[in-house]
Amino acid sequence: MTTTIGEAIGFWILGPVALAGGLGMVFSRNAVHSALWLVLTMLSLGVIYMLQAAPFLGFTQIIVYTGAIMMLFVFVLMMVGRDASDSVVEVLRGQRVAAAVLGIGLAGLMIGAVAQSVGVPLAAGAPSGSNVGGLGLLVFQRYLLAFELTSALIITGAVGAMVYTFAGRAKSKAITQKERVAERLRGPLEKFGSRSGPGVFATADSVATPALLPDGSVAPESLSAIIEATARERLGHATELSRPGDEHDTAAHSHHAERGEIQGSQT
Amino acid sequence: MSPTNYLLLSALLFSIGTVGVLVRRNAIVVFMCVELMLNAVNLSLVTFSRINGSLDGQVMAFFVMVVAAAEVVVGLSIIMAIFRTRRTASVDDANLLKY
Repeated sequence: MTTTIGEAIGFWILGPVALAGGLGMVFSRNAVHSALWLVLTMLSLGVIYMLQAAPFLGFTQIIVYTGAIMMLFVFVLMMVGRDASDSVVEVLRGQRVAAAVLGIGLAGLMIGAVAQSVGVPLAAGAPSGSNVGGLGLLVFQRYLLAFELTSALIITGAVGAMVYTFAGRAKSKAITQKERVAERLRGPLEKFGSRSGPGVFATADSVATPALLPDGSVAPESLSAIIEATARERLGHATELSRPGDEHDTAAHSHHAERGEIQGSQT
Repeated sequence: MSPTNYLLLSALLFSIGTVGVLVRRNAIVVFMCVELMLNAVNLSLVTFSRINGSLDGQVMAFFVMVVAAAEVVVGLSIIMAIFRTRRTASVDDANLLKY
């Protein structure tokens, strides 16, 4: 028993198409083009399965491979950046030539092994019953354990994908109201509200007069860096507080250390 | 036409996939070449099943598809994790196991 004429026609159309898809995938420089060539190969392979009296597998091939897996590939390609083309630089010298020689040799070996069996006839009787029914009987009777193991494998794969997706992403704890208040009072925002301007709580409007904080001490931020007289005459040793370029934080820290002395010089 | 033509096609596709894995530098394309090799093996399994007149080969091809799906999910997430940390999908740049 041999194959029919129609199947031969289908094979000689689809086989070269599948080969062209594979070659196009290897040789196209753009990764998205590679994915589309591979889709072509997978589609033609699916039709070849249907030619070979395996309609269930053919449809599964089209749905699972070209529908789901290649979709995933293209999705990841879009996330990684589709213009990430391969570099032409050969990292290992002569690697491409060696790979080509090895590929041709491998193909020659396998074709030589298969060619010895050319002319093997098909089995006399095709499997009885419907394709899907026979597959279902096999999967749920003889290969039941393997089937259950594949379900475990799939679940493991899904969990692993989630682990990899969320790896390195530290879980940020929600800040409670108490912690937020403590941060406001003791953290970098210790003095909430706007800073005092020049002359606030002071006896004169002059820019040279430093602002006073509600507790009577001098607000370091209000000291003018340009008017040196302010610092020299009225503050004496606190001159360094008004240095140009002095950051708010360091000024605030030294402010507390010297608050008492500044107050003393004020009065 | 002899059914071994399918086996020849399968061998050629497998070799093309092998060459692709060796030649290409983009990790995703390397992965696609592995998929091509799995597809080639599936084709030979289906052909063997037909030559023998039984459905066992088709069940095996079915299992290969399941394993390939799980492999793709995990492999692509590994590639994405590498891409997030190293900003590259090239197999040449991922030369340290832990860094």
